[in-house]
Amino acid sequence: MGLLDRPVYTIRRNTASIISLIGGIGYLLGDTLVATGPALLRKRGRRLSWQNLWDQMDRVGNRSIPIVSLVTFCIGAILALQMAPILRGYGMVAKVADIISIAIFRELGPLMAAIVLSGFGGASIAAEMGTAVVSEEIEALEAHAIHPIRFLVVPRVVATTIMLICVSVVGDLMGVAGGLVIGHSFLGLGTTLYIHHTISALRLRDFLTGLLKAGVFGVIISSLACYLGLGVTGGAQGVGRATTRTVVYTIVSLIAVDLMFNAVFYIFGL
Amino acid sequence: MPDPKTAIQVLGVTKEFDGRVILDAIRLDVFLGETLVILGGSGSGKSTLLRLMVGNVKPTSGDIVCLGKSLGQMTDKELTAYHTSIGVLFQSGALFNSMTVADNVALPLRQHTDLPEPTIEIIVKIKLEQVGLRMHADKMPAMLSGGMKKRAGLARAIALDPKLLFYDEPSAGLDPVTSAEIDHLIMDLNRKLGVTSVVVTHEMDSAFRIADRMVLLDRGKFIASGTPEEMKQSSDPLVHQFIFGLTEGPLTERRKADGYEDDLLGAREI
Repeated sequence: MGLLDRPVYTIRRNTASIISLIGGIGYLLGDTLVATGPALLRKRGRRLSWQNLWDQMDRVGNRSIPIVSLVTFCIGAILALQMAPILRGYGMVAKVADIISIAIFRELGPLMAAIVLSGFGGASIAAEMGTAVVSEEIEALEAHAIHPIRFLVVPRVVATTIMLICVSVVGDLMGVAGGLVIGHSFLGLGTTLYIHHTISALRLRDFLTGLLKAGVFGVIISSLACYLGLGVTGGAQGVGRATTRTVVYTIVSLIAVDLMFNAVFYIFGL
Repeated sequence: MPDPKTAIQVLGVTKEFDGRVILDAIRLDVFLGETLVILGGSGSGKSTLLRLMVGNVKPTSGDIVCLGKSLGQMTDKELTAYHTSIGVLFQSGALFNSMTVADNVALPLRQHTDLPEPTIEIIVKIKLEQVGLRMHADKMPAMLSGGMKKRAGLARAIALDPKLLFYDEPSAGLDPVTSAEIDHLIMDLNRKLGVTSVVVTHEMDSAFRIADRMVLLDRGKFIASGTPEEMKQSSDPLVHQFIFGLTEGPLTERRKADGYEDDLLGAREI
């Protein structure tokens, strides 16, 4: 009995902290949702909000495009190299294009873009929010009657969500391009044939389910980063801890949510 | 009934954090147009009292009436209106690190007014000139010295022409000359703008320069209040020790009685 006490206690404590984390993020997202309309549409301060949103879109999205492109291009190329020998055995090398397009559009494009963005945008959002807490910026905002959720969280969540969807599309295309380059240079597949296979294999829902996932991933990354950043205590050390936690928690939650999505899509035949 | 001559009435305010009493039934009046200095050692609760008056923290019991309205009974809209009628200078300046000095000062104007951008730019220049920072408008906060950060924070605090100004340790961490400059700035603003000021500090030189009236807190309790002259002539040994910064007195006696000797002897026995 004594042997089990510790693992039972640990599981109970971890479960409680996971539930409180999810609950806290839920509240933050609720407040963010309520604040989004007024922040972007209310006449007074609207120009500032849009400027703020634009800056965040540039910072989170635009600057991550080269890295997402490189990563997904390499993933497309790797997939082609991995599958070619097996498919050649069945005399179906051209199917490389079909498989890559579905794998990239449904799964790897959005997921890789999200993972890159969690390191790129998520960590910097958490560090920025944590520093704002530590240097009394949040209190200063409140003292100036500027709601921190409206001013800090809304632009980051909206920008990350929109930009992750956009960056995923870039990632999808670069993944296909990676496969195409390998197909053309090593597997003897013509460009036209490769593109023809890609287009004929893809259905609209492959593209849309990928985008839906990207949008949800964007909400997860930004809300986790904002929540952990705003909860910083203990000075610079706390900021470092929040940044590390954001990257780790984000990647774990992205994979877990991706699994859930795939299970649901499988059940409903999507 | 709120007194028309009183800017702030602190009515028996108690504040507890995790069961620890930070402020104990504090009663205090701040009169319109005066500069009230709240004195106290570290952990005396003076900064908490300031935050309660600003409305960033809610009291455990008691109430605070600011500009004729109870902070506890204000609706969100009324609290926003109150926050736009006050200015707060935080200990660190609390500038928003991602914005230039000019943008920091412009933020409350952009958020709470419909003024066109050229008008905002003119107001920002006027406010920065008042604190002697017009030539540093385009600098980022990280490029400023401690004193300049505080002056920039002050320019932001007065951006909306507040009726009440709160200062949290305005001269902490500054050299004597810069500290005196900040004090003159406070007095100047008080005289020119006719605002009511509440200053929290433990720097006696600065306190005597700027105060119309002083209040001394110790371990969350109200100890004494009066004009600087009255405080100097106080017969209370605690007030006397604090005001003159003496090494002998009840404050040092208390520190000696905190079990230090027992702690040392106890450690030797082990």
